[in-house]
Amino acid sequence: MAGRRWGLVAGYVAAVVVVVVTVVPLLFVVLGGFRTNGQLNTDPAGLPGPWVWDNYRSVVTSPDFWRFLGNSALIAVIATVLAVGLGSMAAFALSRYVFKGREAVYVLFTLGLLFPLGVATLPLYLWLRQLGLLENPLGVAIPEAAFSLPVTIVILRPFMHAVPGELEDAAVLDGASRLGFFWRIMLPLSAPALTTVSVLAFVTSWNAYLLPLLVFNDSAHFTLPLGVATFQSQYSQDTARVLAFTALSMVPALGFFVVAQRRIVGGLTGSVKG
Amino acid sequence: MAAPAPPRPLARTVHSAPRRPARRRGRTRLELVLLLGPALVLFTGFVLVPIGIAVYYSLYSWNGFGPLTDFVGFQNYADAFGGAVFRGAIWHNVVIAVLSIVIQLPLSVGIALLLDRKLKGRAFLRMVVFAPYVLSEAITAVIWLLMLQPNGFVDELLRGVGLGGLVHQWLADPGIVLYTLFVVMTWKYLGFGIILLLAGLQGVPPELREAAALDGATSWQTTRHVVLPLLGPTIRIWIFLSVIGSLQLFDLVWIMTLGGPANASTTMASYLVDHGFKRYEFGFGSAVAVVLFAICFVFALVYQRFALRRDTAGALTRAVS
Repeated sequence: MAGRRWGLVAGYVAAVVVVVVTVVPLLFVVLGGFRTNGQLNTDPAGLPGPWVWDNYRSVVTSPDFWRFLGNSALIAVIATVLAVGLGSMAAFALSRYVFKGREAVYVLFTLGLLFPLGVATLPLYLWLRQLGLLENPLGVAIPEAAFSLPVTIVILRPFMHAVPGELEDAAVLDGASRLGFFWRIMLPLSAPALTTVSVLAFVTSWNAYLLPLLVFNDSAHFTLPLGVATFQSQYSQDTARVLAFTALSMVPALGFFVVAQRRIVGGLTGSVKG
Repeated sequence: MAAPAPPRPLARTVHSAPRRPARRRGRTRLELVLLLGPALVLFTGFVLVPIGIAVYYSLYSWNGFGPLTDFVGFQNYADAFGGAVFRGAIWHNVVIAVLSIVIQLPLSVGIALLLDRKLKGRAFLRMVVFAPYVLSEAITAVIWLLMLQPNGFVDELLRGVGLGGLVHQWLADPGIVLYTLFVVMTWKYLGFGIILLLAGLQGVPPELREAAALDGATSWQTTRHVVLPLLGPTIRIWIFLSVIGSLQLFDLVWIMTLGGPANASTTMASYLVDHGFKRYEFGFGSAVAVVLFAICFVFALVYQRFALRRDTAGALTRAVS
């Protein structure tokens, strides 16, 4: 069938074009990190020749990069634990208990899906100032957890709801309390959904820029996105080093993505599409 | 499981509250407080309260320090809408949203349709296509900022393939900068759309295509009249996410242009941060925040009502497996 073969050819052509367009900017950054500023100026689109390791070496040996990385990790872990911990408890209550006002509480949480963090930043900033949480990792992690609660609950609730009531009855007959059922049976059963919401909360926090920008003034507290942007403006004359710094800061996100690819793609497409 | 499932009537006595003695009901209430309380406190304290006080602050002229004394009513709102820069910012958000729907959507659908066949290296392809979406906007912004330097990588590449005439001051020309930002956004978010649509295409039963082919439909007719309508829910969700994202655009703008040159790329969010934090106009900034929120909210409600109604029940509540 000629039609099908042409379709296949068109598919491959589209694939190659998309891959090239996607990869070229990433290669520019990674390879640019192996060049000198002189090389970059005389031939911006060239390959390294000779290859220099100095840029990468200076980034890896300076404390800045590792500190930003550590700060990002700390904040993302706190935000994820808070969001998933409290979110799974709330989702359990909203899916397995019958009480007055249950749907109202659920709708309240789903409304949160419409509130972008950006809208709340100004008063949030003043609020954090009042609480003494400026220049504090918790000042970023706690609001991020709060803003991750809606999607966590929206994904977990139907999942927990679908666990058969017979399992709960059996657990109760065996002498478990409902909280015991939650802890020993519901949470392990929800592992796939918990992974998905954890990945979502973690990635959201890891990539956040606006909130850390407002909360942190002291570069000792900077997260990676904030650090990359600041490094770029600080060393704008030293393009090669900025490229190396940027290349290295892509590594955690891309590495994590390669490892958790199925979860991330499934989580993101699943959370919006089902 | 060894024991057979208990019969249904027994299950009912376990579940229904009214038949329980008072002590058990008290215990249930305590459990509910324990389970729901912390999440409600966190959510109320850091999502609802800040949005509520934004509305309150927006009625005052306030620099963020000292008591709120200078009540100005709706003056901040009048000032915001009276200023050409803020109106321009809203316009820029709208342009980005419209461009996304007019350009990114057909592009994603087209590419997804082309990729939706048994190509070799599918897994690799999916991974590469999705990669920019995983990077933060901050990193994306820095990458493109460096590539778009005058006489930099992009210019050199264009000259190299004989398109030197296209070279522009990508970020310094007020007539171009918004479109430059749009291209960067497309690079970052196209993959997400493609993956979303590919997932949607998996849901199209092959029997339907076969049936259409048996009835003599050409492959274009099958795509147009069978596949595309079935992609409807995915496309509607994509539009929703894309518009909300366009309305909130901040990171890219702030790092690449700070809203410049001459406010040519200011967005509502960058305007908000500029006035609220750089100029300490907290009352005015709050008014801008409330406007931004109101626009998102109204869009979400209207869109929900007219486009998503059929899908959202499933889209927002269905389990992820």
